[in-house]
Amino acid sequence: MNPAGLPEQVRRAWAIAKKDIRLYYAKKSVLIFGVLMPVFLFLAFFTGSRQLPLAFLIPGLVGVTLLFTATALSPAIFSWEGRHGTLERLASCPITIEAIVLGDMIASILFGIGITTITIFIGLALGLSLLHWITMIASILLASCCFSAIGMLLAVPPTNEPSTPMMLSLLIKFPLVFISGVFVPLEQLPSWGLALSACSPLTYFTDLVRYSFTGEHFFPVVVDIAILGVFTLVFTAGTMYLHKRTMPKRI
Amino acid sequence: MNIIQADNLKKSYGPVAAVNDVSLAVREGEIFGFLGPNGAGKTTITRMLTGVIPPDAGTAMVLGHDIRTAAVQAKQGFGVVPESANAYTDLTAWQNLMLMGELYGLARARAARRASELLTTLGLLERKDQKVQAYSKGMKQRLILAMGLLHEPRLLFLDEPTSGLDVQSTQMILAMLRDMNRDGTTIFLTTHNMEEANRLCHRVAIIRSGSLIAVDAPEKLKMAIESVHRIEVSFDREVAGDALAALPGVTGVERIGDKWQLTAEKQDAVIQFLVAFSQQNQAAIVTLNTLAPSLDDAFLRLTQEASP
Repeated sequence: MNPAGLPEQVRRAWAIAKKDIRLYYAKKSVLIFGVLMPVFLFLAFFTGSRQLPLAFLIPGLVGVTLLFTATALSPAIFSWEGRHGTLERLASCPITIEAIVLGDMIASILFGIGITTITIFIGLALGLSLLHWITMIASILLASCCFSAIGMLLAVPPTNEPSTPMMLSLLIKFPLVFISGVFVPLEQLPSWGLALSACSPLTYFTDLVRYSFTGEHFFPVVVDIAILGVFTLVFTAGTMYLHKRTMPKRI
Repeated sequence: MNIIQADNLKKSYGPVAAVNDVSLAVREGEIFGFLGPNGAGKTTITRMLTGVIPPDAGTAMVLGHDIRTAAVQAKQGFGVVPESANAYTDLTAWQNLMLMGELYGLARARAARRASELLTTLGLLERKDQKVQAYSKGMKQRLILAMGLLHEPRLLFLDEPTSGLDVQSTQMILAMLRDMNRDGTTIFLTTHNMEEANRLCHRVAIIRSGSLIAVDAPEKLKMAIESVHRIEVSFDREVAGDALAALPGVTGVERIGDKWQLTAEKQDAVIQFLVAFSQQNQAAIVTLNTLAPSLDDAFLRLTQEASP
């Protein structure tokens, strides 16, 4: 066994993911919050903008759900663990910082996918049909990786005060929702708004979900997937690099 | 063979040099004590040796691996019981140990066997399925020790393992450390407890203000300061400490309970002066004891001499 080898480190990352799920995600309050938060946001827009059809709003709900759930807890896990002294325990184990980050990402990916699946069933129950299910699955997998990497990026500032990354997380997530064509069609955005939305990975995911449900899309599907892929790679590499630099400052 | 070889380690936090050019070697099979006052840099050095934080300069080879470039390989061979680390309190003791097993790449069956052995030895088996948040401090510390030992390391780092523990937990941990060392495990023990270091360690290093000021066997360190003598005296009525301090040859006076402890270079002369003092002040001597230098004395002397 080579403890530093990729297969062994991935196995150890999976141990971190199982620990995160058991400790942080598999709690009733977190699960309820994960479902209710996007649903309430959706209802607020649904009741406030009756002229938009469900076929437009449900993909937005799916997008927001995945963004909010995949980034729900991951920004604060390092801070919690630093505060409770368990991060030093992990840092002294034969696991790389990259593998710890990967484990945290896997947990948030699984949580995001699980809750988002519920919202897709809500969409189907409300009468939508899934026209491109392979695209839907691929885009959820890709976007969950991308959003969980965003969550881990928000965890980079080396603080042991969990409220700090959570506040930062809210400050970034809400503006993303409003510039990503979730509740306002991209076609109706001014050119500056469109330029902003092009910078948000949520834009491409929502476009892909809309395509999966209705066949309509703003960007070509290949472009959506390619840009989401690039975002995922950049954010994942960035978060691993930055955590490696900031981890010693937490201890 | 040196199981730890650290050369010229340096670490600064902003303008403050926490560790200043420290070199040390720990031989395989020994219990190496690491002593120093609060803020001396003990924990920082331990963290550098265990790969938790990187040194600013210098190198450390642990179990033959460079802790900077081959940290995972080195960590695979040693166990750590950090001072400030904790077990996951929302997990049970068993779940904590199984997590450690996975993080050290142990097969499930081996991890379960070792966990059962350790929990039995440390008196925690009956409460293995209880969440750690319900454990006492002593039980938590025993569990943390078990977490550091699960993978049967050749080298064990312990940072204040018995700090604040009751006598039963302390004795249990110390007995276990002795047994492990007898079976070949090298132990790097950071402690404030001189008595613990005196009884356990083959060699001790003393650090002060980020610099190593002495490395030797406890008895040799005591011998090195044998010119210092302590005399414990009590009188049948109150006497002023200043008056005792003014006696010729007395270099220090400390009140300990109802007694005075005097430090002197020539104890015979000081005893004679004490008798004269007693007669002059009409304060009868109740007890008079001469004390041999302890590791505490060596520590205090060495750290005071090294203070800026």
